[in-house]
Amino acid sequence: MATDLFLVASVQGVIQQVVFGLATGGLYASLALALVLIYRAMETLNFAQGEMATFTTFIAFSLLVYLHLPYWLVFPATVVIAVLGGIAVERVIIRPVERAPVITLVLVTLGLFAIFNGLSGLIWGYVVRPFPSPFPTTPVFIGGVGISYQDLGLIGVSTAVLVLIWLFFARTKVGLMMRSAALYPESSRLLGVRVGWMLALGWGLAAGVGAVSGMLVAPITVLDPNLMQSVLLYAFVAAVLGGIDSPVGAVVGGLVVGVLLALVGTYIPNVQDLRLVFGFLVIIVVLIVKPGGLFGREHVERV
Amino acid sequence: MISNERAFAWGASIFVVLIALLAPLAALGKFQTLEFAYVWAFAIAIVGVNLLTGYCGQISLGNSAFMAVGGYTTAIVVTRLGWSPLATIPLAAVLSAIGGVLLGIPALKLRGLYLGLATFALALSTPSLIRHFDNLTGGSQGIYITGAGKDPFGLVEAGQLTSEQWLYYLAFVFFVLFFLFYRALLKSDVGRAFRSIRDGETVAVANGISLRYYKTLAFAISALMAGVAGSLDAMATSYVGPDSFDATIALALIVGAAIGGLGTLAGPIVGALFTVWSPIYAQVIFKGRPDIAYGVLLILIMYLMPQGVIGGIGRLLGLRRGVRERMVAVPSTPFGPVTAGVDDEH
Repeated sequence: MATDLFLVASVQGVIQQVVFGLATGGLYASLALALVLIYRAMETLNFAQGEMATFTTFIAFSLLVYLHLPYWLVFPATVVIAVLGGIAVERVIIRPVERAPVITLVLVTLGLFAIFNGLSGLIWGYVVRPFPSPFPTTPVFIGGVGISYQDLGLIGVSTAVLVLIWLFFARTKVGLMMRSAALYPESSRLLGVRVGWMLALGWGLAAGVGAVSGMLVAPITVLDPNLMQSVLLYAFVAAVLGGIDSPVGAVVGGLVVGVLLALVGTYIPNVQDLRLVFGFLVIIVVLIVKPGGLFGREHVERV
Repeated sequence: MISNERAFAWGASIFVVLIALLAPLAALGKFQTLEFAYVWAFAIAIVGVNLLTGYCGQISLGNSAFMAVGGYTTAIVVTRLGWSPLATIPLAAVLSAIGGVLLGIPALKLRGLYLGLATFALALSTPSLIRHFDNLTGGSQGIYITGAGKDPFGLVEAGQLTSEQWLYYLAFVFFVLFFLFYRALLKSDVGRAFRSIRDGETVAVANGISLRYYKTLAFAISALMAGVAGSLDAMATSYVGPDSFDATIALALIVGAAIGGLGTLAGPIVGALFTVWSPIYAQVIFKGRPDIAYGVLLILIMYLMPQGVIGGIGRLLGLRRGVRERMVAVPSTPFGPVTAGVDDEH
């Protein structure tokens, strides 16, 4: 009888952890999607994606706490600021090295990493700050499983962002132009697509998606200049797992990583603090066993 | 006949060695002597990064992990087993080289960006790995190394050197040894194999170069140097903690290598001076946020002289010879062909 009860409790516990995993996984998925957006446009990874998201989250924090603006005004305003900021970063900093070798681009985005991390620290300091959540943390019981409104809210917002991005690329003219600029830059240019600006827009969108991710991560943890460093690692894991050039892969990868981390952290004793190492190992294993990830294409090199 | 830039290189080397030998006795205070000990320790680690990334073309953003292996080896062996700090260096070298081989094996399958990604993930996860094994590493508290400045020859006890000076000369001697080794290595067949892997793997394989052997070798040597640097760094600080070797250090290593000039022989010295001293000056300008200065400089260097400071100087000196050299076999850096003087001779 006692074992039965234990079993029921643990099934509910597992469901609870899965939901929590999906909620955090949605955040990893958003940042992974941001990485993939830039990867598709210029075959590089933006190592500063997380730090840019942290910076915009601090902007949101200032709007909320110092200007006392309502949350649901600050949220879209921050996304718009992030998009404009992302476009500006591409136009000003990335543009001169757009066609440079991979290592140059990696180093420039690492430079951005250092700049944004330093700026966040310089402006807002290294004090740990609470960040308000629009969703209460009180649980709602569905079939005996307690799930917090916050988790449901996170799942809802991430889903909305992902659907919007998908609609943008699949259904709008600008989305189509961006896709063609990434795949066939030369022909697109002949057809009148301004390829450079499409790249910039890609950076803008990525920054916007990243900003959403940052604003949703901050209430779960706390806001400090290193907010997104571990999230960035999990986003890398998600992107690699899903296939680094696949937006669908990024989303699936993010959710899988979120659920795996939640389950591993809860049910394998004494490894909670090894989550980052776990992420590193997943990256290595995926890249070796299936370099294209679940949904990506294998990279073929022509000599 | 000795060419312009060779004469310059010799002159500069002799000048640097003389200054480096005399400065701590004549001009430097305790604090500065120790700061320069860090410079030489970092220079060793940056030489390792330069060898792996600049010459062999394998982007490594995770060499801080090997510095951690070296630093913790020294700290643990000195405090638990009572070894003399100097005696721990070979052990640190061996253990970190093993670490390099272990990372090098999966890294064989990864190229370019993916390798950068995986090694960056290693750098980000290193501190949590250190914290996890707190029985061995002291967890978040780290380990204070008592007697880190002790020398086995009794020079410090006899009052002939201060412990700062001992640490300084120790780091400097190791740097010179590694630098000579690295210079010889690059002139040898191994160096040629490294460069040819960087310039095009398929062509390298077609020429009979074993990627498996040479890439693993590059990882092992690079990790070994990082390990020794970590060990020297731990001695100079008398302390290791999980944040002694975090992503900031990983970043500092690659920034140092890039600013000095990836794929240039003397780049690591400039890079190390910059890495150690810029945070101290940035303290004044950026209120202790050296990251901003790092970032801005890194990006500017990438725009203005992608071959770094040494590459830039080489270019200035080699302008005239450049034309001739372009017509013969053009040596290249990871950023494409170079006019002259950068790679030393091939």
